[in-house]
Amino acid sequence: MALQILLNLIIAVVWMFLHNDWSFPRFTIGYLVGAVSIGLLSRFWPHDFYLKRVWAVIKLLILFVKELFISSFVVIGLIIRPKLSIRPGIVAYQTELQTDWEITVLSCLICLTPGTLTLDVSRDGRTLYIHAMDISDAEMLSQQIKSSFEKAIMEVTR
Amino acid sequence: MEMISKLGELLLGLVILFGSLISALSAFGLIRLPDVYLRSHAATKSATLGVLLILIGTFLYFMFYLEHSSAKLLLGIVFVFITAPVAGHLNGRAAYRSGVALWEETVQDDLKNALKKEQRK
Repeated sequence: MALQILLNLIIAVVWMFLHNDWSFPRFTIGYLVGAVSIGLLSRFWPHDFYLKRVWAVIKLLILFVKELFISSFVVIGLIIRPKLSIRPGIVAYQTELQTDWEITVLSCLICLTPGTLTLDVSRDGRTLYIHAMDISDAEMLSQQIKSSFEKAIMEVTR
Repeated sequence: MEMISKLGELLLGLVILFGSLISALSAFGLIRLPDVYLRSHAATKSATLGVLLILIGTFLYFMFYLEHSSAKLLLGIVFVFITAPVAGHLNGRAAYRSGVALWEETVQDDLKNALKKEQRK
C-alpha cells in the first residue's frame, strides 16, 4: 500500500516535470492522473487498490463519531432516569483480530460504544474483557455491534 | 445574508451550550453512579463528547466570524478523541487490578477467574 502511494506521488511529480509548472493545481491533476492509472493497472499489484483502503478508513472514522454520539446519549439517558435500572457486569469477548494495532483500535471503539468499556486485554491478545453497563441486552447487542466493528477494521487492515 | 449570519451564530452558540450541558450531565453521573467502573463510563463518553462539541463550536465560530482557522483547535479535537478512551480503559484496568470491588448488583464477572488463573501460573 505504501508503495502505491509513493508511486502515485512520483507520477504527480513527473507530471509537474512534464509541464514545467510547479504549482499546487498541477500537482493535484498529476495526482489524479496517477490514481486513475494505478487503479486501471491494479490487477498487476499483489494488493488491492490503495484508495479502497483510504475509503475504508474514512468509513471507520464516520462509524467512530456516530457511535460516540449514540453512546453518550444512552449513558446520559441512564444517568438522568430517576431510578437506576442498570445491571452491570463483565463479559469476556473472543476476538479474531491479530495484530496489536487492530486490537488497540477495536478496544478504543468499544470504549466509545453504548455502555461498554474495555477493562482488560488478555496476554495473548485473544480475549477482551468488557465491562458492560446493562448486561441483559448487551450480550446480544454488543456481539452484533462488534461484528460490524471487526468487519470495518478488517476492511482497513486486510 | 444578515439573517443567515445571525442564524449561524445562534446555531454555533447552541452547539457550545449543548456541549457544556453534556459535560454538566456527565459530572452529575460521576456523583450518582455507584462504583468506579460505572463512573468511568460517564467520564469517558459524555465528557469526551461535551469537550468535542465545545471545541468544534469554537473552531467554527473562529473560522466563519473572525476569519481565522485555528489548527490548534483541530489538533486538540484529535488528541481528545484519541486519548479519552485510553484513559478510561487504564483507569478501569488499574482499579480492577488493585482490587476495587464491583457494585453489589453486578451480574457477571468473567475477569475474576481469568486473573486467578494468571496469578497461579
